[in-house]
Amino acid sequence: MRHAVVPGLLISFWLSYASALHAYEIEDELMVGDPDADAQLRILSTTDIDLFEPFLAAFVAANPEIAIDYVVASSAEVMKAVQGGEPFDLVLSSAMDLQTKLSNDGYTQPYSSAATDLVPDWGNWRDHLFAFSQETVTLVISPAAFEGLDIPQTRQDLIRLLRDHEDRFRGRIGTYDISQSGAGYLFATQDARASESYWRLSEVMGNLGTRFFCCTSEMIEKVATGEIAMAYNVLGSYATARTDLADGIRIVELQDYTIMMLRTAAILRDAPNPQAAGLFIDHLIRAAWGPAELDYYPFPRFPAPEGAVSATRRPIRLGPGLLVYLDGLKRRAFLSEWRDAMRW
Amino acid sequence: MSRAAQISGSIRRRLIGQLVLGSAVLAAVLVLLVTNLARNVAQDTQDSILMASVTSILDTMTVRDGEISVDLPYAALSMLGNVSEDRVFYRILADGQLLTGYEDLPDPGDPGRDGGYITAPYAGTEVRMATAERRLSVAGTPIMVTVSVAQTRQGLMQTLAQVSRRGAAVGIGFFVLAALLAVLTTEFGLRPLRDLAGAVSRRGPKDLRSVKGPVPQEMAPLVISLNSFIDRLRYSLSRSEDFIAEAAHRVRTPLFTVRTQAEIALRRVERPENRAAIKEMIRALDESSRAAGQLLDHAMVTFRTDHLEKERVLLTELAEELVDRLRPVADLRDIGLSMQSEGTPEVLGDAVLIENALRNVLDNAIKYSAPDSDVDIRIGREASDCFIMVRDHAGGFPEGALHRMTERFARGDNAGGTVGSGLGLTIAREVLEAHGGRLTLENKGDGACVTLWFPAS
Repeated sequence: MRHAVVPGLLISFWLSYASALHAYEIEDELMVGDPDADAQLRILSTTDIDLFEPFLAAFVAANPEIAIDYVVASSAEVMKAVQGGEPFDLVLSSAMDLQTKLSNDGYTQPYSSAATDLVPDWGNWRDHLFAFSQETVTLVISPAAFEGLDIPQTRQDLIRLLRDHEDRFRGRIGTYDISQSGAGYLFATQDARASESYWRLSEVMGNLGTRFFCCTSEMIEKVATGEIAMAYNVLGSYATARTDLADGIRIVELQDYTIMMLRTAAILRDAPNPQAAGLFIDHLIRAAWGPAELDYYPFPRFPAPEGAVSATRRPIRLGPGLLVYLDGLKRRAFLSEWRDAMRW
Repeated sequence: MSRAAQISGSIRRRLIGQLVLGSAVLAAVLVLLVTNLARNVAQDTQDSILMASVTSILDTMTVRDGEISVDLPYAALSMLGNVSEDRVFYRILADGQLLTGYEDLPDPGDPGRDGGYITAPYAGTEVRMATAERRLSVAGTPIMVTVSVAQTRQGLMQTLAQVSRRGAAVGIGFFVLAALLAVLTTEFGLRPLRDLAGAVSRRGPKDLRSVKGPVPQEMAPLVISLNSFIDRLRYSLSRSEDFIAEAAHRVRTPLFTVRTQAEIALRRVERPENRAAIKEMIRALDESSRAAGQLLDHAMVTFRTDHLEKERVLLTELAEELVDRLRPVADLRDIGLSMQSEGTPEVLGDAVLIENALRNVLDNAIKYSAPDSDVDIRIGREASDCFIMVRDHAGGFPEGALHRMTERFARGDNAGGTVGSGLGLTIAREVLEAHGGRLTLENKGDGACVTLWFPAS
């Protein structure tokens, strides 16, 4: 979802990025707060402005001395920008693997405060990465397309269903193009780790001419219009947020296991304004893990599972394991296997 | 003779100091050992996990279609995350050429057959790196693959810091306990010495018994020497007292003979100046024999107080008998002896000694009293003490000399014309002290008042 509309005020910023050797590509940008504020907090994020704007507004209202420059980019571009030394304070990303790699390779700095104690242990890596959302990776279906069929509850059900009704679903299944989407790649690799049934499902999906998309929102929209019958491995939070499409979609959390992605925040090592970044992280953490449910917090809140692994909802564990699928050889091998299975 | 001892240090302080210093050294060694052990264990743990990671990567390396293939296992890196939240780096080389990973990791040197470990600076911090090699055959050509996995040491350092803190706490606890024990041990160890010193210093001035209480082996030589010293002192004291008594006895008999001869001579001479000379001679002889008598008394008192035998003594009875015996002497000088007794005071003591003491006091009163005056004796009880008070009208003790009247051979300035040795009040005082009582001297009205106080039986 690339926004063509850029507020006139920001054109100069836009141009300055564009002139910066085209080091990375942004999708969207928003200035929040008083442009003459004492401090400017520059946030590089993968979260859409539509979803996040109320939160930014709430932060600026609480901290009027800070103005926010909120830049949205894809997770790969975020990585590129940080490695290129762009002067951002804070990185918010859903790409847990890339965030881990940034932190592991020394691009982030540690932070701790009273608020960071609220984060469960598995949501805090080295006091560098702080999880601020738990989002289920779900199956989104079109109720119309499933008329007369049982809604699948597990991947086994889904495989059986697809095999039994090949005609109904041929060309009407969507999933991430994992060679393009960092999130899609992360979900696929975690899926492959979680269960062998992922590869069987992929084979079945490949047989039925699955279509590949860049982003969750596009898939949800296509499901809502009925163009595709279902989208596999999409973010439940985005689907829930699209209340305008509520009638056309149904979110299914598969019961054999449901991966939970954590959005993470990290302060960059060379942040020009780490204090403001720390305040923002505190604000995020209180909204995500604090006792009060705040209406401007855009993500669903789940009760934090007791252990790292709950019965069905499994948060992806932060840690060096996430680096494995970022390895060039490993990635090439995984993509090649995936393409074979998906017949793409 | 000075009573102060020359002090050079203190056994107690020295012992405590040495023990505490020893504890401190032991505690420091303990902390060092524990910390060192913990460091080795923690390092071994990190090393073995790193090597497990290296091995798991090496195990996936195969040759497929003439090319080296690596399937980096998820666990190879995620297992490192289980131990600590440290940064992880890896590198896979084939014949020195990078296959994948972080190319700029430090050079591992020669890892050897079983793999090797180095600690080196990397990525702005220090990393521990495990490396192992394996030979693969690609199309008949041997190729050496080298796998290195490195991890920062922050978690290790945190663990070590924690261990060090705990070690230090244990060390301090150990030290405090040991120091406490050192103080207790020293106090306990020095107790026999303190007990002995206390026992000896609590003794009365005449107590020359040997030390009998059991003492530790190490103190036996000291006690043996002390006892032998006491024996020698006692022997020498008794010898000198025997000598005095013997001398007094030997002098008294010839003195008596000379006095008899002098009296006979007095009857024979008629010239007044000769008579005066002989009278003066008799007076001097009286004084000498009285002195010898008192020396004998004193020796007797000393002996009897050393071996005090206590029996019930009725003070009134004792005083009445004595007054009856002294009455003739008093009558000679027209001195009236009056006695007043309240109740029947009874004390535990040696009747002979008490009589001797009272006689000396009465002797003095009679001697110093002018003719036609009275000496009053009062016997009674005050609070828990019994007393015998002897009061005369002879002008009293010289002012300012009261406190030294009971010292040996001390005589009042008014003693000029009176026969005496200066031992009377000393004997009285020694007798009373031996009985746990006391002798008080005071001037009352126109005379002296001497009171013998006894603790009631």
